[in-house]
Amino acid sequence: MIPHDETMMLKTPFYSRCLAACEINMWEDWKGYTTPQAYTSVEQEYFAVRSNTGVFDISPMIKYRFTGPDAGAYLNRLVTRDIRKIGVGRVAYTIWCDDNGQVMDDGTIFHLAENDYRLCAYARCLDWLMWSAEGFDVTIVDETADVAALAVQGPTSCAIFKNMGFEGIENLKPFGLTRFPFEGSEVMISRTGFTGDLGYEIWVDPALAETFWDRLFEAGKHREIRPIGGYALDMLRTEAGFIQAGVDFIPAEESIRTGRSRSPFELGLGWLVSFDKPVFNGRKALLKEKKEGSHYAFVYLDVEGNKPAEHAFIYDGNKEVGTVTTAAWCPTAKTNVAFAQVNAKYGKPGQELVAEIYYERELKWTRVMAKCTVIEGVVFNPPRKRQTPAPDF
Amino acid sequence: MAPADCLEWLNFMKKYDAIIIGAGHNGLTNAAYLAKAGLDVLVLEKNSYIGGATVSRELYPNWKYSNCSYVCSLLRPEIIRDLELPRHGLQVVPYGGGVTFKENGDYYGNHADHERLLREVARHSKRDASAYERYEADVMKQTRLIRPFLMRTPPDPTSLKPRNLKELSLLAKSFGSMGEEGLADTMRFWTMSIGDFLDEYFESDVIKAHLAGSGIIGTALGVYSPGTAYVLLHHYMGDVDGSVGAWGFARGGMGAVSAALSASFQSFGGTIQCDAEAAQIIVKNGKAKGVALANGDELYADIVVSNLDPKRTFLKIMDEGDLPADVVKKAKNFKIRGSSGKLNIALDGLPTFTGLPKDSPLCLGEKHFSDSLPRMERAYDDWKAETWSKDPYLDMLIPTQVDPTMAPPGKHMMSVFVQYAPPKINGGDWTAEDKAGFEKTVIDQISNYSPDFKDLILHCETRTPQDIENEVGLTEGNIFMGELTFDQLLFNRPFPGYAQYRGPVKGMYMCSSGTHPGGGVMAAPGANAAREILMDLKLTNTVPGGYDDD
Repeated sequence: MIPHDETMMLKTPFYSRCLAACEINMWEDWKGYTTPQAYTSVEQEYFAVRSNTGVFDISPMIKYRFTGPDAGAYLNRLVTRDIRKIGVGRVAYTIWCDDNGQVMDDGTIFHLAENDYRLCAYARCLDWLMWSAEGFDVTIVDETADVAALAVQGPTSCAIFKNMGFEGIENLKPFGLTRFPFEGSEVMISRTGFTGDLGYEIWVDPALAETFWDRLFEAGKHREIRPIGGYALDMLRTEAGFIQAGVDFIPAEESIRTGRSRSPFELGLGWLVSFDKPVFNGRKALLKEKKEGSHYAFVYLDVEGNKPAEHAFIYDGNKEVGTVTTAAWCPTAKTNVAFAQVNAKYGKPGQELVAEIYYERELKWTRVMAKCTVIEGVVFNPPRKRQTPAPDF
Repeated sequence: MAPADCLEWLNFMKKYDAIIIGAGHNGLTNAAYLAKAGLDVLVLEKNSYIGGATVSRELYPNWKYSNCSYVCSLLRPEIIRDLELPRHGLQVVPYGGGVTFKENGDYYGNHADHERLLREVARHSKRDASAYERYEADVMKQTRLIRPFLMRTPPDPTSLKPRNLKELSLLAKSFGSMGEEGLADTMRFWTMSIGDFLDEYFESDVIKAHLAGSGIIGTALGVYSPGTAYVLLHHYMGDVDGSVGAWGFARGGMGAVSAALSASFQSFGGTIQCDAEAAQIIVKNGKAKGVALANGDELYADIVVSNLDPKRTFLKIMDEGDLPADVVKKAKNFKIRGSSGKLNIALDGLPTFTGLPKDSPLCLGEKHFSDSLPRMERAYDDWKAETWSKDPYLDMLIPTQVDPTMAPPGKHMMSVFVQYAPPKINGGDWTAEDKAGFEKTVIDQISNYSPDFKDLILHCETRTPQDIENEVGLTEGNIFMGELTFDQLLFNRPFPGYAQYRGPVKGMYMCSSGTHPGGGVMAAPGANAAREILMDLKLTNTVPGGYDDD
């Protein structure tokens, strides 16, 4: 018999430290885990990442491990990207589609060793992983609770790791991963993140989680390290142009209404699709779409004025051509951005559109029709994100 | 004549605009909409109390039993609002939770919180936790397809009238919007078994067993019988305050629904006559003229609406000679098989369940004691052998954890729906011995998981399908007034050619759960029938249209 489980909310391996640091008592339910929305001040937490270092507990991320002789071949069938090109010690951002070429989720694949991979995803997808595994010699294990993880992000993050004794960390390239001895065990560090800044993610045995947190904060105390919550992370990812499942697109298997799911091309993620692979889930449908054209385009908009275009309709003249999925004023880029899904023909860079924005001041609602322009690339993209060796600040 | 005699004579001669036979929730709803349109309406009820199967009865001092229907979700919000049922006393309180106990001492907890639920599913199978979201999305697709048709009259596919063509094209458009793959899935869903459907998603026995219950409740079919997947949908297509698939308790028991409907009806000037059993619909020259009561009285109206099931309507209270032979044949062939019984129990306190903390939020929902599909299928085998299931599927609730009005403080009321129970035992009537054996089977089943349960029982009302038929008037005790299989749904309910609530005789209508969209305390058949009647009378429609999900 499996032991009964009476706990209502799960705690991450860093919970005791999060609790101690969470001064304003703002928590949320992230995949069943109690995690802070904010610790002290959303603004300070946001700027910690852009100016110093912010630490975000990503332990609730869904993590699957793939081992066995067919692990690589299996993943290559599963995802759209060509996994053969991702060597051992490298990480790849990817998406995976259903057979209709509709995006099920996005995530990162870590090539840990020969025939050994980890997938980090937003949503549970074991059922689809298992269906796709028929015919492959691969073992799939959900290791979500077996790995504690932190995102350590910001210009001083590399310096802090050096303070911790992780020598040579500055030479780790973006999307690289490396390991260091830690307390008789080891910690894996990847140069990855969801903030668009210089930053790392660390992966450690949950038993060592609290020790790691303490050592990290000790090493960072003169570098103004601070924990950050979900609100700050959302600002950061918006500024960095990262889309989020469930917000910017509906995972295909969860979509109920016909036509509400999106293909990679319709999310601006065509670059993740490798047609030179002979077989992968969704290939046939995606080839057809590439030939015949997509219905939608996913665009970044530079929105005139300073009112975030949250939930705004997008117009071309009087014609409604799309809606905003994410919008924010970006405090570092000093830009007002919005992500929007628009009819495909309005998706080209330079396209001028109008956002219908409603905002409220002391219960008075005002409507503005703000001009916006489809932009290419993201509004925050500092050199330190790519520099190797990584700078100290 | 003395004044009293005079009054009696006037009453005798009085002609109503419409007479509705049966004061169940559909009869009352139908009556309320006709009265709202200005008609002089009489509702006849054979029992001394109204409600039909939507009742709260005090059969043990200070305890109220929802002794037939026991939970509320399908009752259309359009009707609740339009007939001002809250103002007339109806309050529906949603509940969550639910448990299926396993034979090995473990259980599956159907948590109300989504993430908590998925973690509980994962405890039994990690794969199933991710499949659960696919399952939910796929069931919701089917739910969305059917919901817009609940408050509409089904189109007649053989008619070329503009209204029929419009309704048919709406139906076609809805199906079309599912896409090619969705259409194929829909055809499969409407015809497949709940067992086969769940097997396509889940590997854990207990999760399948927990979900499969909704596919067989009230239906004389097993979890592997084709057509049961749709029955599950019927339990998912309701909502409480827009939360689709949610269920609630009517505060004060299900009788609160009929009480509110009757108050609404009476506020429009309607009359209800209890202890008035309809013996015959009077037909003259092919037209309905009124109703003859069992006591010999005759009441007159040009509109007669039967809220009895199709079998009772056409084979008991109508003269077969007044009907087309085809209708008699269809009524005889109508599938309305008894499959379930009920225990209503007054408890001296809240029973404990092995392994489950007493304050667990799971306790607020249904409890089941069948942990695999094979066990449920075997329970059906007993029904086929014309006896009650020796290992029955139970849908058990203790509404007094949410509703303080049904038992004294600290005391509780338990409602146990029991599947399967046949209408006849080995071809004969239920004997007192059979009934005692049935009761013992159910109580023993619960006791296996609740050691203090038996000691807490103060009173138990046990109802076999035969009891339900005799008291409520549901043929064979079938709770849906006809099985909810595809051959008896939409434009085939109750049978082809008669799905638009009009009977074969002019002025005679049907408004029971035996018509579209079927059983459960939904009130949509009553309302839809009223719309058709008012249309025939060329009166302004009083029946609201359905809410839109999108």
